[in-house]
Amino acid sequence: MRDMLSKQAVGLKPSGIRKFFDIVSEMEDAISLGVGEPDFDTPWHIRDEGIYSLEKGRTFYTSNSGLIELRQEICNYIKRKQGVAYDPQHEVLITVGGSEAIDIGLRAVINPGDEVLIPQPSFVSYEPCAIMAGGVPVIIELKEENEFRLTAKELEDAITEKTKILILPFPNNPTGAIMERKDLEEIAEVIRKHDILVMSDEIYAELTYKEKHVSIIEMEGMQERTILINGFSKAYAMTGWRLGYACGPREILQQMVKLHQFAIMCAPTTSQYAAVEALRNGDDDVREMCMAYNQRRRYLMNAFREMKLSCFEPFGAFYVFPCIKEFGMTSEEFAERFLAEEKVAVVPGTAFGECGEGYLRISYAYSLDNLKLAIGKLSDFVSRLRGEK
Amino acid sequence: MREELLKIIERNSRIDLKELAVILGVDEIDVVNELQALEDEGIICGYHTMVDWEKTSIEKVSALIEVRVTPQRGQGFDNIAERIYKYPEVTSVYLISGGYDLLVTLEGKSLKEISGFVSDKLSTLDSVLSTATHFILKKYKDHGTILAKKYEDTREKVSP
Repeated sequence: MRDMLSKQAVGLKPSGIRKFFDIVSEMEDAISLGVGEPDFDTPWHIRDEGIYSLEKGRTFYTSNSGLIELRQEICNYIKRKQGVAYDPQHEVLITVGGSEAIDIGLRAVINPGDEVLIPQPSFVSYEPCAIMAGGVPVIIELKEENEFRLTAKELEDAITEKTKILILPFPNNPTGAIMERKDLEEIAEVIRKHDILVMSDEIYAELTYKEKHVSIIEMEGMQERTILINGFSKAYAMTGWRLGYACGPREILQQMVKLHQFAIMCAPTTSQYAAVEALRNGDDDVREMCMAYNQRRRYLMNAFREMKLSCFEPFGAFYVFPCIKEFGMTSEEFAERFLAEEKVAVVPGTAFGECGEGYLRISYAYSLDNLKLAIGKLSDFVSRLRGEK
Repeated sequence: MREELLKIIERNSRIDLKELAVILGVDEIDVVNELQALEDEGIICGYHTMVDWEKTSIEKVSALIEVRVTPQRGQGFDNIAERIYKYPEVTSVYLISGGYDLLVTLEGKSLKEISGFVSDKLSTLDSVLSTATHFILKKYKDHGTILAKKYEDTREKVSP
């Protein structure tokens, strides 16, 4: 058959992570610092609730938007954390991970040619989802000197007549950057002035190590123009359950529910019951995991200082983003050599956008013992490279 | 830092002081002082090692004994508890709410040694009304540590 494939799909660049994944998976004894998911098991009481729901035979579809109990718990949670109220009937949608929410959220608001502002380095899905929604991705390159935060000036400079929506990916994967209240106040002003929408991906909201996470929806006039995305994967170590959600203005959610209904029907029922338990009784688990991540983060920052590897201090998610520009090689070359010579896998910064060049993403979703082993090898490798120069 | 420090060393009392300071984000001298304070206040009562004796060739038998006693005027259960916990083979004594009063855990070389202790020493105490002895057959988890299985990382090696 001629023209078997969609030109748009073919045109998408394959994920930079994929290529690296293929090399690593062939190495049996490689130590990895490359994962984007927690090392903790889902807390037992949450798993138990999932099992119980299966025992009780709750194996049917839920409503398209998701269990009303879960939507209500999500609203309670946001009210508790951000002090902002959503209507569980019309302003919340349970999705298959945050990823689905990104996809259908963009498809619900984009018209052909609309520009989608995407700060990078950031999660790999925004750009392809924007393209598949018919939008035009416009990349904003975040800078280390700003601790990889989005500044009002950078935003202002990127906005045109065609700008429809800004994606706000904080706390950030891969940099670990956060946006504090003053940062958000500044960009909110620009957003209001130009009357654009925001998709705020706050999947790492629970994992911050400075102040409590602040959301853009707390800023004046922002709730009505924001699609808020969050989920259970990172906070409750529930990646495999595939459960996320979107909250936003009723008009937008109505369209998202439609897309979700036709493509997905509803998010996994078992996962939804487990998530109700997570929100009701999971605060202590989150606190414990967050404490452990923070200890590892401090360990890594100290190790980088000791080996004199330049790295800005990140206060969110579970990644550090050290700079390797001093070695005069690309991120990919560094990562490939490091893997070949020391058998440790890290992800090149370029997997998260071209401006990730010169950086590496190192995940600390590993036990301290594991990190020590890998960082010892990094230290050896770095000394060797410096010796070569 | 107190709670976080206690949580860490409760799991790993051998952790290096320097490393402890790094992961807590404080100076080493502060860790030293805090540990000293915790010891002085009797909050840290000892540093133990968890041993899975099952895996050695040394024979050991453990038992839990439920003890019902008559509390004494003015002393409550404290006197009788003391008489029991002074035996070195007793590893713990708890006052319990519910159907019995004291829960005594005991370690011995053999079933005979334990039953001898119960019949000769424990049951013969004046205020002891009755005992019920349960021998431990297998330990799955102890002090928050799972003894049965090793952690295995089943995640994909690289993910976005």
